[in-house]
Amino acid sequence: MTLVRDLISQGLQMLLVLLLAPLLTGFIRKLKAQLLRRQGPPLLQPYRDLVRLMRKEVVLAEQASWLFRVIPYIIFAGTWVAASLVPTFGSGLLFSWSADLIAIIALLGSARFFLALAGMDVGTAFGGIGSSREVMIASLAEPAILITVFAVAMIAGSTQLSTIAEFMGSSAVGLRVSLGLALVALIIVAIAENGRIPVDNPATHLELTMVHEAMVLEYSGRHLALIDLSSQLKLLLYVSLIACMFMPWGAAEPRAGNLALAVGALTYIGKLMTCGILLAVFETSIAKMRVFRIPEFLGAALMLALLATLLRFVSGSL
Amino acid sequence: MHGLEFDVAHTLAGSLVLASLMLIYQDRLYALLNVYALHAFVLALSVAWQAFIQHAPHLYVTATIALIFKAIIIPVALHRIIVRLGIHREIENVVGVGLTMIAGIGLVALSMVVMLRVTPGADPLAREDLAFALSVVLLGLLIMVTRRNAVSQVVGFMSLENGLVLAATGAKGMPLVVEISVAFSVLIAFIVIGIFLFRIRERFDSVDVGVLDQFRGERR
Repeated sequence: MTLVRDLISQGLQMLLVLLLAPLLTGFIRKLKAQLLRRQGPPLLQPYRDLVRLMRKEVVLAEQASWLFRVIPYIIFAGTWVAASLVPTFGSGLLFSWSADLIAIIALLGSARFFLALAGMDVGTAFGGIGSSREVMIASLAEPAILITVFAVAMIAGSTQLSTIAEFMGSSAVGLRVSLGLALVALIIVAIAENGRIPVDNPATHLELTMVHEAMVLEYSGRHLALIDLSSQLKLLLYVSLIACMFMPWGAAEPRAGNLALAVGALTYIGKLMTCGILLAVFETSIAKMRVFRIPEFLGAALMLALLATLLRFVSGSL
Repeated sequence: MHGLEFDVAHTLAGSLVLASLMLIYQDRLYALLNVYALHAFVLALSVAWQAFIQHAPHLYVTATIALIFKAIIIPVALHRIIVRLGIHREIENVVGVGLTMIAGIGLVALSMVVMLRVTPGADPLAREDLAFALSVVLLGLLIMVTRRNAVSQVVGFMSLENGLVLAATGAKGMPLVVEISVAFSVLIAFIVIGIFLFRIRERFDSVDVGVLDQFRGERR
């Protein structure tokens, strides 16, 4: 019986992230537009875009290899699995034993690897630029997030997200400067990985600055829909990751009742909205960086993560 | 594990190390001075917390000295100096922020390894403070080595002195007289360095210490 219940909970979570991801993007877009005193697209516009793209035919370049056609599915599958492993409304997930935080990062890393390949596959100049920039950002962001994970795992004593979430929710955490540093590092990495404003502008097609949009320029139809959906899922994943590690309040315990699950779902939506509002305000109040400033920005994240680990090492060894 | 007292002390001392690393990161003089003020403010907080948990009232005096002299008077004076020197808009070309940061992290790790190894029997609070203090001192030296502008070298020196104060408060029982004399000697050093800045400026039309090397004939 518990197995069935866990299975339902896991399935629910997978559906929930898939359904909420476009909504979060739409919410942030709407909010950003309103902060700039524009009307903005309606909240449900991302869903409409996805449906429209699904219906359209796929235009493939003549030189495109089979890899180019397969990659959208690989990316979508990898991102969806990764997103379904992050506890959202409750920490008792069926699949959580099978993969820890490092596996989630590896899934996202392989999705990015394939995306970079796709950017170079057709052989246009834009795709190449996008891929090289994406890989440059990734080469700095991935060590930073891995070290952040080490710092958090040293404190919580596990790399399992469910265990970390439960530990953070308990009173055993105490006051830890390492956690604050790790949070800032994680936020910087999340901004860089999702191509939000100081690093990349998600709303632009200006060739000098774009990173993510340049890689997917050749995609159309359902392929583009899948890639868009995976980038929305990725944003949701990072927000849920920050929420589950640093704002664990309200999430349902494993094997909790229906009421606790409902409370968990409501607080989860509240957390998403809070993070969305913060992100929109942050993005409207800051200008985009030059590409060559990005290594410094991400270097700060790497430095903070290293410092967090070192400080934890000191307080842990005393 | 440890109580809240230790955690707060650890957080404050860790923030001091973080502020030192932020000093390395800044390449504008105004920003450098603001971060220095923050550095001194965190030091004052840390010392005040130590005074509270060690029940040592004289440490409050140290905290007040740190707050008034180092967080307010010295940054304001340095602000005035750089405005009068006309270098407040200058951007310093620091040699590779990334490399310096890596070196800085390396120094932090080194000081922790050294201090935790050599003080196994001591009180945890003192050990941790000594480890952080050594890293603040080393980072101050690193700032002095990597900067070419004399004002930033002064800031490096001052942050080094903050590290010394942190070490002294952690070690339970540096006499107040010593502490006040250290504070005043730093103030006097500050005044002397300030006068020197103007002398260097008068003679070489710049506070870039690279000019001094050229003057001595060491660099062509």
